[in-house]
Amino acid sequence: MHMADAMLSPAVGATFWTGSLATITYCSKKLREYPDEKLIPLMGVLGAFIFAAQMINFTIPGTGSSGHIGGGMILAIILGSRASFLVMASVLTVQALFFADGGLLALGCNIWNLGIYPSFIAYPLIYKPIVHADGSLKRIVIASVISAVLGLQMGAFSVVTETMLSGRSELPFGTFVLMMQTIHLGIGIVEGMVTAGVISFVRNARPELLERLPTAGTVTAGASSRKLFVTFILLAAITGGALSWFASTFPDGLEWSIERVYGKPELPDQEQGITAVLKGIQDKTAFLPDYNFQKPEYAGQQEKPSSWPSVDAGTSLSGILGAGIVLAVVLIIGLGIRAIRGRRS
Amino acid sequence: MTFDNEFFNIGYLDRLSYRDTVVHRLDPRSKVIVTMLYVLTVVSYPKYDVTSLMPLFLYPILLSALSDTPFLLIAKKVLIVSPFAVFIGIFNPFFDTGTIDLWRGIQISAGWISLLSIMIKFTLTISAALLLIATTSFPGICHALQELGIPALFTSQLLFLYRYIFVLMEEAMRMVRARDLRTFGARNIGITVFVRLIGLLFIRTVERAERIYQAMLFRGFHGKIFSIKQHSLRPADTAFISLSVIVLVVLRLFNLTDLIGRFVQGILL
Repeated sequence: MHMADAMLSPAVGATFWTGSLATITYCSKKLREYPDEKLIPLMGVLGAFIFAAQMINFTIPGTGSSGHIGGGMILAIILGSRASFLVMASVLTVQALFFADGGLLALGCNIWNLGIYPSFIAYPLIYKPIVHADGSLKRIVIASVISAVLGLQMGAFSVVTETMLSGRSELPFGTFVLMMQTIHLGIGIVEGMVTAGVISFVRNARPELLERLPTAGTVTAGASSRKLFVTFILLAAITGGALSWFASTFPDGLEWSIERVYGKPELPDQEQGITAVLKGIQDKTAFLPDYNFQKPEYAGQQEKPSSWPSVDAGTSLSGILGAGIVLAVVLIIGLGIRAIRGRRS
Repeated sequence: MTFDNEFFNIGYLDRLSYRDTVVHRLDPRSKVIVTMLYVLTVVSYPKYDVTSLMPLFLYPILLSALSDTPFLLIAKKVLIVSPFAVFIGIFNPFFDTGTIDLWRGIQISAGWISLLSIMIKFTLTISAALLLIATTSFPGICHALQELGIPALFTSQLLFLYRYIFVLMEEAMRMVRARDLRTFGARNIGITVFVRLIGLLFIRTVERAERIYQAMLFRGFHGKIFSIKQHSLRPADTAFISLSVIVLVVLRLFNLTDLIGRFVQGILL
């Protein structure tokens, strides 16, 4: 469920980058306060472990399709909130660069969706209260499944929100939410079982191993979860504020999501209030004088192609012609450089 | 099994990044900045824009030609990761039923146009990201990130992660191979075996990490990674950044495709 660049608007992408970067900076600063030079190499190793573990496939019970782990909860349980968030962020960074999972702008969203929720909500607020100090296997299983499911549900909902705010997809909000939440419910249950299995396996096989790990886990355990919660709310408020500010400068996405959320043209006062104002702005900005664009009548139809020259056939033809020529020129430049370089070497 | 492929690919991209071309010689910082600006520009086009995106193909094609990066490799990787964009985008033709006149009464559903737009943006952004790593080594990117203000703790941890990836992937590959051999390639051996595999991999990982950490301490590690390679912003970097910014701004403001198309149409018709 990696978010992709192509589904994002710049405003949404930048906002989530800001949120993720702020969290990375915050976590790094906090971890610096408890200097343990063993911690950084260990975090790197565990990141690589998640990477390698994700490559091992298994058959999902009952379906016959195969899947792999996400690993967010395993990291959180072993390393604690802050360190596990940083590790998850770096795993996603490497994936974005080498496997092009999502892309660079969407990386901010992906770190948010797959890092924040397991590390800062599911682990401290769900897993830890259930498991207590030394939990039994039953407690570990219950806690892992619930926290993995909820973590993934929040992540999936984030993907929907980001897509809706960006306004690149036509999927209705309701359908999209239903689809994403159900898919990730199944994934969450399996992920939770695997998390519980791995944790209890390691605890049984080598109990001393988990205790020997650096103290990043206990740092978070010592910090009151209230403080953590307040920080998170603050972060969410800042992000939300930034988001709405961005969104208002880009009427396209906001207007679009408002329409989607409130169910299309059923709202009688659609033409009043902020929607109308935004629509006015959009109308003014969308109709560039360069396009010989004729405003079509759209009674009852909200959605309309705004930047595509829809009426004058001549413009479309010139667009297609131009596109073909530009592509050909670009390709010739590329091939030309290759040919010249090839001859030289 | 794709495992060997993945492993091969990540190593291959790594090897590509240590070559010596005009693009490779640029400072990592300038490449990171330009790539981000490029991605932002691509993404900023409205959802029905298709033709005006075409000139932006110049960047990946120019960069891959100048850096001798195999074009097919980039194309293949873009194809491999495309399912998510297709999965979300494919709904556009169904939900966006407005029509657009293409030419003399030939109509197309607006949803297909926005899907096409998504796929083009996807191709552009993903190839830009892949070209960044193929022309800039991963350590180079980490140093660039650090110099651009990302906390050192995060970047040095990223470097560690990267160094261990190859080691641990080999370990995981051995385990997967053993499992496949014992189950005759069928992976229907249930979740318990899988859990034990992951658990075992974890134990081996931590034990190895402790050995490596001891070795690093003997060699004088104090929590910081140094690099011999010094990077500095040279005139070439300044030229690269400013040229890219100018071209991107011009392309974003003026619809080059449309201008050329009209011009040619005016001559032909």
